Amino acid sequence: MTSVVICFLISTSFAAEIPQDERRSGTAFMTRETQAMQEDDRANPGMLAVLDGEALWKDAPPGAKACAGCHGEAATSMKGVAARYPTFDEARGRPIDLEQRINLCRTEHQHAPAFTWETRELNAITAYVANQSRGMPITAGTDERSRPFVEAGRALFNKRQGQLDLSCAQCHDDNWGKRLAGSVIPQAHPTGYPEYRLEWQSTGSLQRRLRSCVFGVRAEPLGYGAPEQVDLELYLMWRARGMPLETPAVRP
Amino acid sequence: MTRTAAMLLALAACAPAVAEPLQPYEIVGDAIPAPLTQTPGDAARGRAIVVNRRVGLCLLCHSGPFPEEKLQGDLAPDLAGTGSRWSVGQLRLRLVEPRRLNPESIMPAYYRVDGLDRVAPAFRGKPIFSAQQIEDVVAFLATLKD
Ligand code: HEC
Ligand code: HEC
Ligand code: HEC
Repeated sequence: MTSVVICFLISTSFAAEIPQDERRSGTAFMTRETQAMQEDDRANPGMLAVLDGEALWKDAPPGAKACAGCHGEAATSMKGVAARYPTFDEARGRPIDLEQRINLCRTEHQHAPAFTWETRELNAITAYVANQSRGMPITAGTDERSRPFVEAGRALFNKRQGQLDLSCAQCHDDNWGKRLAGSVIPQAHPTGYPEYRLEWQSTGSLQRRLRSCVFGVRAEPLGYGAPEQVDLELYLMWRARGMPLETPAVRP
Repeated sequence: MTRTAAMLLALAACAPAVAEPLQPYEIVGDAIPAPLTQTPGDAARGRAIVVNRRVGLCLLCHSGPFPEEKLQGDLAPDLAGTGSRWSVGQLRLRLVEPRRLNPESIMPAYYRVDGLDRVAPAFRGKPIFSAQQIEDVVAFLATLKD
C-alpha cells in the first residue's frame, strides 16, 4: 500500500537557510560588465526610472498637493523608508509593501486614482523613493507584529509548488551559485527593487520578478498586491536583513 | 494486495478527473519494467524532447552530449553514459517518479498528476509528459552509452 500513502504525503523541502555571513546580493553573481553598469549612475538604465520618479514626486495631481508638498525633500523624508518595507499597517492589520503605501497616499492624501501595478509611473515613483535608501541596511520584518507574516512568507518559500513541484528554497537556498541552463541561480535577496532587467528591457518590481519564478515552476500566479505575495516579499526582505539596499539594481 | 492493485487504487484515489487518465504501471524494485504504451519508444523523437527546454526541461538542470546546445545546467549529473549505467526499466521509473529513488530529488516527476500544489490552470491535471513521450525519452536515454 505504499503508493497510496505516497499520494497523501505532504511535500515539504528540508532546505537549510543560508548562514548570514554567506549571504550575497544578486550583484555578486553577475558579470563584471553588468556590475559596472549598475555601479555607474550614468550607465545604469534604472536611473531613468529614478529620474522619472523625481518628476512625479514634484508633480501635483489636479486640485491636490504633490508628494513634495507634504513630504518635502525626498532625500530627507524618504531616507531609510524603503529599507523598512513591507511594513505593518495599523489600519489594515497586516503588512503593506512600498508600492501599496505610495498608492495609499495617492488615493487617501491626493484623492487621485491609484497607479496601476507594473506601470511606468508606479515603478518610477517607487524607484525614486527606494533610491533615497541606497546603501542603508534592510530592517523590514524585524518587529514583533510582522512576525506571523514573515512566517507565512517563509512557509510559501519552502513549499513545493506547481507542475514541476519545486520550492523557492530548493533553488535559492540549496542550489544557489549553480546554473539553471544559462542562468546562475542567485540567493534571491530583493536588495535592488524596482530594478532594471536586461531581459525585460525595462524597470520592474519585485512582484514581477516573483511572478516569473512562480511561472517557471508552472504554478498558479500570485496576484499583484495579494496578501501571499506581500508575505513573500516581507520574508525575502527579512531574510536579507542587514544587507544594503541597491535600488536601482541591474540584473540579467 | 499486489503492487499493481495498490497502484491502480492509488491512481483512482489521487488522480483528478482528466480527459486522458494516466496509464497504470507496476514498479518492481527500482524499475518499471513494462512500457507504458503499445507503440515502442522512438529515440529520435526522444532526443528532440530532451534538448527542448520548454518540453523536456532536462537541460535546465542537466548537461549532456548535445554540442549544439550552448546553455546547459549544472544542477544534476551529465546525461552522457546514462544508457550504460541504467536499465530501460530503471530509466522509466527515474522519469515517472524520481522521488521513489531519492525522496529529496529536485527532479520533477514527469508522469504524475497527484500530490501537486498550486499548479497553474493550464497545467492542472496534466502530467509533464504523455506516456508516449516517456517511452520516447527512455528509448533515447538508452542509446547514451559510454
Ligand atoms: C496630503 C499630504 C500627502 C501627500 C500629498 C502625500 N503623502 Fe505620503 N504620507 C502622508 C502622511 C500623513 C503619511 C503617514 C501615513 C498616513 O498617515 O497615511 C504618509 C506616508 C508616506 C510614506 C510612508 C513613510 C513611512 O515612513 O513609512 C511614503 C513612502 C509616502 N507617504 C510616499 C508618498 C508619495 C510617493 C506621494 C506622492 C505620490 C505622497 N506620499 C503624497 C501624507 C501625504
Ligand atoms: C528552478 C529554480 C528556481 C526556482 C524554483 C525559483 N527561482 Fe527565483 N530565480 C531563479 C533564477 C535562475 C533566477 C535568476 C534569473 C536571472 O538572473 O536571469 C531567479 C531570480 C530570483 C529573484 C531575483 C534576485 C535578484 O537578485 O534580483 C528572486 C527575488 C527570486 N528568484 C525569488 C524566487 C521565489 C520567491 C521563488 C518561489 C516562488 C523562486 N524564486 C523560485 C531560479 C529559481
Ligand atoms: C529540476 C532539475 C531536473 C530536471 C528538470 C531534470 N532532472 Fe534528471 N536529475 C536531476 C537531479 C538533481 C538528479 C540526480 C539524482 C537525484 O537527485 O534525483 C537527476 C538524475 C537523473 C538521471 C540519473 C542520472 C545518473 O546517471 O545518475 C537521469 C537519467 C535523469 N535525471 C534524466 C533526466 C531527463 C531525461 C530529464 C528531462 C526529461 C531530466 N532528468 C530532468 C534533476 C533534474
